[in-house]
Amino acid sequence: MSDGGNPVPAPEVEPVMPVPADALSPLVAAAREGDRAAFEELVRRTSAETYTLAYRLLGNEEDARDVVQEAYIRAYRGIGKFRGESQFTTWMYRITANCAVTWLDRRRRHHHEELADDAQFADGSADRDPQARADASALRSELNVALQELPPRLRAVVVLRDVYDLPHEAIAAELGISESAAKVRLHRARRRLRERLFPMPGEEKAHAV
Amino acid sequence: MRCEELAEVVSASDEGVVVDDWRARRHVETCLRCQAELARYRKLVRALRALRADLLQPEAGLVADVMACLEDAGERHALRSLLSEHKVAYVGGLAVATAGAAGAFVIASRTRGRRVALAG
Repeated sequence: MSDGGNPVPAPEVEPVMPVPADALSPLVAAAREGDRAAFEELVRRTSAETYTLAYRLLGNEEDARDVVQEAYIRAYRGIGKFRGESQFTTWMYRITANCAVTWLDRRRRHHHEELADDAQFADGSADRDPQARADASALRSELNVALQELPPRLRAVVVLRDVYDLPHEAIAAELGISESAAKVRLHRARRRLRERLFPMPGEEKAHAV
Repeated sequence: MRCEELAEVVSASDEGVVVDDWRARRHVETCLRCQAELARYRKLVRALRALRADLLQPEAGLVADVMACLEDAGERHALRSLLSEHKVAYVGGLAVATAGAAGAFVIASRTRGRRVALAG
């Protein structure tokens, strides 16, 4: 974890695109039959996505790595029960979210909660004109910083709902809260982000103060 | 609906950002402030959705670390299973040994008592 005094170097940034879900189906089927090599290949193909989600939820590279390891251990043990109703990546998001929340609880108990450093993310959208790309890049950077400044509980809900498109009931189940609590947190998180990134006239001053 | 409550009635899906409640929709149709705020929520949700395509590349070695963890966890799990499977046998064996020792002690003490009686 960063100590606040020495900035943690930003994670290595390389353009990576999410793996198409159907490409994973044969591997999932083989892993369910106990094929360890197939599971290793699943880890190889999905680890960037899992790690990115863990980093977004925790705001810390070291914690993200630990949570990714824990998430894959759980996935390995539970893959026999994975029936494929959802995509493997969505299933991994849920497990990762659950592990991250447990991790955050542990971290909070040890009073080590802190704001995250400003990690940089790879740009997955390259087909735009330079000005639009620069604007989008600036917005993404601001959004990543604003997300990391949210309290972890609000951040988790807005990341899982608006970035990863998990349904409210799945988010509530993995975070151990009611669906209505998840919705309330989502509204609060969105409002804070909106005020920070797209303020209404008169809100700029309030934010600056 | 009050303008401050807009965030509570906004929902987002792949189709975009919509206002859930019909009363709120009617309010937004006539309220310029809420229309402007709704446009900002649309921009925000679009930007959040776009983050999904931005991936961090973890440091090299993460996959190897995960597989090593699985190996460790697998060995620990196997050891635990082995111990729990043999626990009954261990406890049973210990009980038999204890009972045997106790029986031998009882027989030995009775034999000694009889010898003392004969000698007397």
